[in-house]
Amino acid sequence: MRYTAKKIGTLLLTLVLVSLFVFLALSNLSGDAATRLLGTEATPERLEALRTELGLDKPLPVRYVEWVAGMLRGDMGISYQYRLSVSQLIAERLRPTLSLTLMAFALIVALSIPVGVVTAKYAGGWLDRVVTVLGQLLMSVPPFFTGILFTYLFGLLLRLFVPGAFPAWEAGRMRYLGYLFFPALAIALPRVAMTVRLLRGCILDEAQKDYVRTSMARGRSRGDILYRHVLKNTLVPLITFLAMTVAELVAGSVIIEQVFSIPGLGRLLISGISNRDAPVVQAVVVLVAFWVVVCNLAGDLLGRRIDPRLRYGEGGRT
Amino acid sequence: MKRILSLILSILLLASLLAGCGGKQNDAPQGGADTPAGPAADPAPTVDTGRRANNEITVGISQDLDSSLDPHTMVAAGTKELLFNVFEGLVKPTSDGDLAPAVAESWEIGAEMTTYTFKLRSGVKFHNGQDVTSNDVMYSLTRCRDEGYVPALAEADIAEENGNIVITLPAANTEFLASLTCAIIPADYADQATAPVGTGPFKFVSRQAQQNVVLERFEDYWGEKAQLDRVTYLVYENPEALAMALKGGAVDLYAHLGTATVSQLGDDFTILEGSMNLVQAVYLNHTVKPLDDVRVRQALCYALDRQEIFDLTADGKGWALGSSMYPAFRKYFDESLVDLYPHNVDQAKALLAEAGYPDGFALTIKVPSNYSPHVDAGQIAAEQFRAIGVKVTVEPVDWTTWVEDVYKGRNFEATVCGFDASTMTARAMLERFTTGNGKNFIGYSSRAYDEAFEEALRARNDEAQTKAYREMERILAQDAANVYIQDLVDFVALRKGLAGYRFYPIYVMDMSTVHYE
Repeated sequence: MRYTAKKIGTLLLTLVLVSLFVFLALSNLSGDAATRLLGTEATPERLEALRTELGLDKPLPVRYVEWVAGMLRGDMGISYQYRLSVSQLIAERLRPTLSLTLMAFALIVALSIPVGVVTAKYAGGWLDRVVTVLGQLLMSVPPFFTGILFTYLFGLLLRLFVPGAFPAWEAGRMRYLGYLFFPALAIALPRVAMTVRLLRGCILDEAQKDYVRTSMARGRSRGDILYRHVLKNTLVPLITFLAMTVAELVAGSVIIEQVFSIPGLGRLLISGISNRDAPVVQAVVVLVAFWVVVCNLAGDLLGRRIDPRLRYGEGGRT
Repeated sequence: MKRILSLILSILLLASLLAGCGGKQNDAPQGGADTPAGPAADPAPTVDTGRRANNEITVGISQDLDSSLDPHTMVAAGTKELLFNVFEGLVKPTSDGDLAPAVAESWEIGAEMTTYTFKLRSGVKFHNGQDVTSNDVMYSLTRCRDEGYVPALAEADIAEENGNIVITLPAANTEFLASLTCAIIPADYADQATAPVGTGPFKFVSRQAQQNVVLERFEDYWGEKAQLDRVTYLVYENPEALAMALKGGAVDLYAHLGTATVSQLGDDFTILEGSMNLVQAVYLNHTVKPLDDVRVRQALCYALDRQEIFDLTADGKGWALGSSMYPAFRKYFDESLVDLYPHNVDQAKALLAEAGYPDGFALTIKVPSNYSPHVDAGQIAAEQFRAIGVKVTVEPVDWTTWVEDVYKGRNFEATVCGFDASTMTARAMLERFTTGNGKNFIGYSSRAYDEAFEEALRARNDEAQTKAYREMERILAQDAANVYIQDLVDFVALRKGLAGYRFYPIYVMDMSTVHYE
């Protein structure tokens, strides 16, 4: 319990720091929303009036406290650019981003676990070597580039989807998911490679341990030991890693959404920054930060749940 | 914790890098479409978009519209460009640069040129089905006057007489008619910002922030009806995504393409070539040393090689300019000014030496990073200035910073950007450089120029006025007020099978004439 309380404390502290940081960063950017909205020809009076209307004339600390108080009540404010409530804007864009993240996560789990196990089992073989080289390649190519490549290959040459024509959920689930498959794959691939490497490494490490040798001495088969004991022991690092992955996939989707013209959180964030739309940017950043810390916490807690050794503070895994 | 913070930091950093794909704001300075470098494409098989059967098209736009679609308060050039199809004034601009009757059927101008009597066209309907009445016209014009939306109406008296609208000006203004392109809207209609209603050939159907805007043909339009049933505008803030959308078949028409994208498009598109209708220049701050010295400014003009800029950025295309006027303003454009300062490095160096800078000086050119044509031109010009010994630094700034610091704060030495005309008048181009004008961000001041402007305002006939405006252009060029570069070439990609696109001398995109063949 004490452990959980401590973790939650860290989580809250992180969120406060992130909110303070993003707030200060935005208020220090040159130019404000009023300049952006009214353009070069605006008279000083109209600018001043708009600043008062948006609350930009209040002192910084007051604005920060008002914003945080609003967030705690669940009121994210009104977008300067669209004059719509930020929660509504975010709600509209949550589905594409979440779908993308979940799909990418599913791809990672589905691809990396079998490949990781197989390469570990046949470590040193030709398959292992091919996967290692391929993994190096996938890890070093940034997803946005893979994205452009996919658009060209699957969109323009093979015509598996129409680039730039993101179908609404209402237009049919298959079309919607079909379009998202390629961006999801683009952000999943580097992570698949990393997960495979991690899993393979953990399994090989574990296989060196004494209990494996003892089990083999007692005449149990390699496969039996691998599936029954070794894999179970690699579960904790794997879960911690996957929790981090879920967190980072949201960040990865910010960029891939630009490449595939997906109206998700990433596009909202980016246009928010160039429009100096502080309520939108602050809300999205805090939301993403919240997602990241919650995923990490969930990973930690899940790991402790699975491995009793972590719960009782022994730490060591011999 | 550290890890999480650094992750957030890197998201923000990346996002702010990408934020450069912002857009075109306001009618004054503007730039064009981006010119991304992407993989070269083989001619793709012709796309059957399925939209031909429905007589509809999709149009790509690079930036979302203003938050409010009220035609009197809109700011962004992109919003005006689109809503040109939805709204009309008493008069409307034609593709030839003239003004044609719209909601007004005809008008008479009094002998003193101060009274304008407009006869309203009968049978004009708003998109909501109501007839346009003189009451609506009175409402629209007084709103524009009282809220300061149309400066030319500022002290005008607007009245209704026997169903006609009579506008009386305090003093003659030969360019007044051009201001009456301001939209006629229904009196006391409150939802203009979200559900605009006008009298144009297309009516507004719906809008989703950051995604799309849908227009449909207005069946009760008073004039020649639009040919397409439906036009859907799709927002692509990322130039690569837009190029893919064109090639993949999601977009049928895009109006501001760069040469790099054009060369990728292959056989699916007809490429039309027009001009952006803006004056791109290295604008110089006359209030900082040594740019206050005319010899230094002339030296920079001699150092510039426009052809090299055209060759390196647009396959040799572009319209060379010598002053603050572009060729679409046919009668005002003075071609002889283009070659006032032919490329001549020796002469440039001699002028610099004469001004007391034989070893050059340091110069920072700020460029708006979201407009790649301006960034590219700035970089090449910088290289050309270096050839005469000027130590140039090019500093990209994002658009909001540009507006705040450079344009409003006047905190710059030189900047590359483009200015267009908000109305189809020479005044819209030239008035900004008169002494003390609020928009005179370069701090230019010339008595001869101010006097020529007074003369243009006083002129009773078109000939005298044109002469005065051309004189102003000449003074700007002779003073080397700015290092004038070009009116950018503007490529329009139109999917094969579509026709009827028309260029205008102002920044609008007319969809009413576009049709399937």
